[in-house]
Amino acid sequence: MAGTAVRGRLNWHVATVASVTDETDTVRTITLDLPDWPGHQAGQHLDVRLTAEDGYAAERSYSIAAAAGEPVAITVERLDDGEVSPYLTRELRPGDQMEVRGPIGNWFTWAPGDGGPLLLIAGGSGVVPLRAILRQRQRSGSTVPARLLYSSRSLEDVIYRHELDQYRGTADVRYTLTRRQPPGWDGFSGRVDDAMLARIAWPARQRPLTFVCGPTRFVEAVAGLLVARHYPETQVKTERFGGA
Amino acid sequence: MALDGNAIGGLFIEIFGADMTSAQATCAACGAVRPLADTLVYLRGPGTVVRCRQCTNVLMVICRIRELNCVDLSGIKTLHATVPQA
Repeated sequence: MAGTAVRGRLNWHVATVASVTDETDTVRTITLDLPDWPGHQAGQHLDVRLTAEDGYAAERSYSIAAAAGEPVAITVERLDDGEVSPYLTRELRPGDQMEVRGPIGNWFTWAPGDGGPLLLIAGGSGVVPLRAILRQRQRSGSTVPARLLYSSRSLEDVIYRHELDQYRGTADVRYTLTRRQPPGWDGFSGRVDDAMLARIAWPARQRPLTFVCGPTRFVEAVAGLLVARHYPETQVKTERFGGA
Repeated sequence: MALDGNAIGGLFIEIFGADMTSAQATCAACGAVRPLADTLVYLRGPGTVVRCRQCTNVLMVICRIRELNCVDLSGIKTLHATVPQA
């Protein structure tokens, strides 16, 4: 627990952008230099505050893309009618500063000691905290069985594709492409449905730790399907985001 | 569209001084017990409204008036939070 921040209190810190990495045409990962960061768990998020010269301030929450112990990074999807994301994904440069507070959330988190098996289901940029969980699992050498089902519009829209493909050695990583499939695509197509879950969801009796993250409609649909498959509500952790 | 209690995790820390997303809230209307993370959260109005996912009863209303967070908790019967480890 380094730094001068009072533990348990949520202070705004000035973060300096260390690097930016384009993940897809509309998605960028921003790695932050945060000297006073108290550390985080996979699955947590942080709040970003941007203040304009006239004093107008906008706050947004972003999932932390990094595993515990790694430098803090967020992955941001550009929403063209957004107020904050166009700036973060187009204008922001290494060396720029922004205010950040966190880490936030002790519910939608996973640590190796929590066990498994893990069922991770992502819609679009909902993959960000689930990627942090998979990175955490990989970094810790955890052998907890893990499956990821990731719904994306197209293969080009798959965030972290190269990294996720590398997890295939130790985890089951599947994509479902909802709008466009490349020629010869042999993965899932269309929205997550019960037939997909029949293939990928662990039987409820194995008591999988389940994390579902995505837009509200996606999460509601998937959580409903899982409950219908007799997953106890208490073991399906959900996190919803909306566009702004 | 409603978000969930994860979205206001930072606001919870502002108000309660601790992470509350895992805290178990009992709805004063229907008695459902759920973590605050699993509530329905509406951010678009003039205040933040938190509703029970089971019965949609209003659990909390949070309004920020200048430097003051005004919190109505009358829809919550009990709130159980783990004591933060020092």
